[in-house]
Amino acid sequence: MSSAEPAELEVRDLAVVYPGRRGRPPARAVDGVNLRVGRAEIVALIGESGSGKSTLARALMGLVKPTAGRVLYQGAPLEYSTRALRRYRGHVQLIMQDPGGALNPKQNVYDAVAEGPRLHRRTEGLSATVRDALAKAGLRPPEDFLARYPHELSGGQQQRVVIAGALALNPSVLVADEPVASLDASVRGEILGLLLGLRDQLGLSALVVSHDLALAWNIADRVAVMYLGRVVEQGPVEEVLLHPRHPYTQALLSVVPDRRADWHPVLLAGEPPDPSAIPSGCRFHPRCARWAAVTGEQRDAAACDRRELPVLAPSDGSGPASAACHLLETTLLETT
Amino acid sequence: MIGIETGAGPGAGGTEAQAGTTLLDVRDLRVTYRQGSREVPAVRGVSFSLGRGDTLGVAGESGSGKSTMALSLLRLAGAGAEVSGEVRYDGEDLLTARWVKLRAVRWAGASVVFQGAMSALNPVRNVLDQIVEPIVLHQQAGPREAERRAARLLESVGIPARRTRAYPHEFSGGQRQRVMIAMALACDPDLVIADEPTTALDVMVQAQILGLLAELVRESRVAVIMISHDLAVLSHACDRLAVMYAGRFVETGPSRQVIEDPRHPYTRALAQAFPTIGDPASRLAPSGLAGDPPRPSQIGEGCSFAPRCAVVMDSCRGRDPELWQVDPERTAACLRVLSEEGAA
Repeated sequence: MSSAEPAELEVRDLAVVYPGRRGRPPARAVDGVNLRVGRAEIVALIGESGSGKSTLARALMGLVKPTAGRVLYQGAPLEYSTRALRRYRGHVQLIMQDPGGALNPKQNVYDAVAEGPRLHRRTEGLSATVRDALAKAGLRPPEDFLARYPHELSGGQQQRVVIAGALALNPSVLVADEPVASLDASVRGEILGLLLGLRDQLGLSALVVSHDLALAWNIADRVAVMYLGRVVEQGPVEEVLLHPRHPYTQALLSVVPDRRADWHPVLLAGEPPDPSAIPSGCRFHPRCARWAAVTGEQRDAAACDRRELPVLAPSDGSGPASAACHLLETTLLETT
Repeated sequence: MIGIETGAGPGAGGTEAQAGTTLLDVRDLRVTYRQGSREVPAVRGVSFSLGRGDTLGVAGESGSGKSTMALSLLRLAGAGAEVSGEVRYDGEDLLTARWVKLRAVRWAGASVVFQGAMSALNPVRNVLDQIVEPIVLHQQAGPREAERRAARLLESVGIPARRTRAYPHEFSGGQRQRVMIAMALACDPDLVIADEPTTALDVMVQAQILGLLAELVRESRVAVIMISHDLAVLSHACDRLAVMYAGRFVETGPSRQVIEDPRHPYTRALAQAFPTIGDPASRLAPSGLAGDPPRPSQIGEGCSFAPRCAVVMDSCRGRDPELWQVDPERTAACLRVLSEEGAA
């Protein structure tokens, strides 16, 4: 691709289609995505339910096999044999949303963190590995936590144990699916700070999947916004969040409640998108305020109702933001 | 107006809600759960009053007692809960009221929008029937009239007529929550208690639901108590805010003032935990609060926030502060606020 150094983690033209059940049409959960996560880079993947963001995360972990396209780790395509996947997961670790569900209630902290190294037969110096991982995850001194069980820990501590379990394998990339969605507000910042610190101190890369644009502002270098299986806008966080160009990103930003007094949400009409019924033409056009507003020649030129939403090329840390919108190309719109 | 009782002694403003306009008057509400021989205090003395058309947002984290507090107003806190204090609704104390009276107040006087619409709705009955039932039972309406009203309510929350006979599982999460709101309004209540009404929803759907609630409040002058962990959501949806920590209100006041100029260190930390996109201070700098919210069983002596407080003083550990009047419209329970104001 554009840069010489291969990305830590990359997907190219990735598609995941789930077969339809009981006569329903198949669901195109991920429908053509290019994405790169560079070394020591945090990328936030933002989307609502049905956007395909969680399916993309599962595909990145090799938990679902893509229908088309591929996943690359440090330039090498992911293979799906049991042995290749195990090796891969030594490098790329998943952190799930609900730590209460991710931890085995009958397993103490030591065994929970030691599980990964044991599976990977890295048992030499295991006790030191576990202590080191707990300390890196902010559970200090580690000795205080080793013998405790999940129910004896707070939600924030549980999530730290989950993160320690991932760190015990010394991975280079973390894929975190809504890592703070189930945590209390005051604990949220602590866990996000931990992820940021792991990048700064250990050079870890991370893809953080979330519905929360403010999370991207808090910890990410770059952000990709997904709608119905495609990335509609991506780029450096400041550029995308302060000067969004895609009408979906603009709408999504407008509905984030924050401390500003003047909150004027721009509501999108209709129900959340359904990946088993993707509209033809640009998949966003039925809900697009910009399309609804254009007339005459501009409308004919853009033809959002007939032309498919373009697939964005992958961008990397040095690239500018890009947005997939016909109207950006065919009209001279204000971009802020 | 909403008054919040303070510990600052007599003459505190805002507590003398005028007779006739006060809808709900809560005095020293306490809820204690019994776990074996242990007593676990979930709500430790909450007082406030609410007039018709007032909107009060109660913010707090898990374990703060906010949901227990709200549900115990209608004696819905569960069998194991011991509730004391006074909950005067239209002058009558609901905590001592007879069952018949309480039953009349539920639905027709005050109703609840529960958090998980999927578990609060009956899965084997269509949504229209579920709204018709309380109308028939509480409003003495005939079935046909009740059906007309239920359909109108569903339409007002954006459920089209052709879908009123659908079952809960056939709706999206946002639609189910709107059905819950229609149901809460079925008997034309004066008060709606909304417990985390938008928590599990996408931001776009959340904005729709908040817009809908705001419209209903404007049109029907219904009073609302909204419970949420999200200070930013509450500040937009409610005129006044109460921040709850370890079973007590620790700060109250007009929403904008509380979120823009918090006085209690906990409110300050909570407000910063919801970053504003574009604010350079929070860029690559997530803000949290060390430690965890206390469990109700672990509340000890002194200020319950002291173990996590960035500006804690020695005296905080020996004294559990009550709400002090900070200015005519605001209160905060913090010794530091008290010493800075130079009161008492």
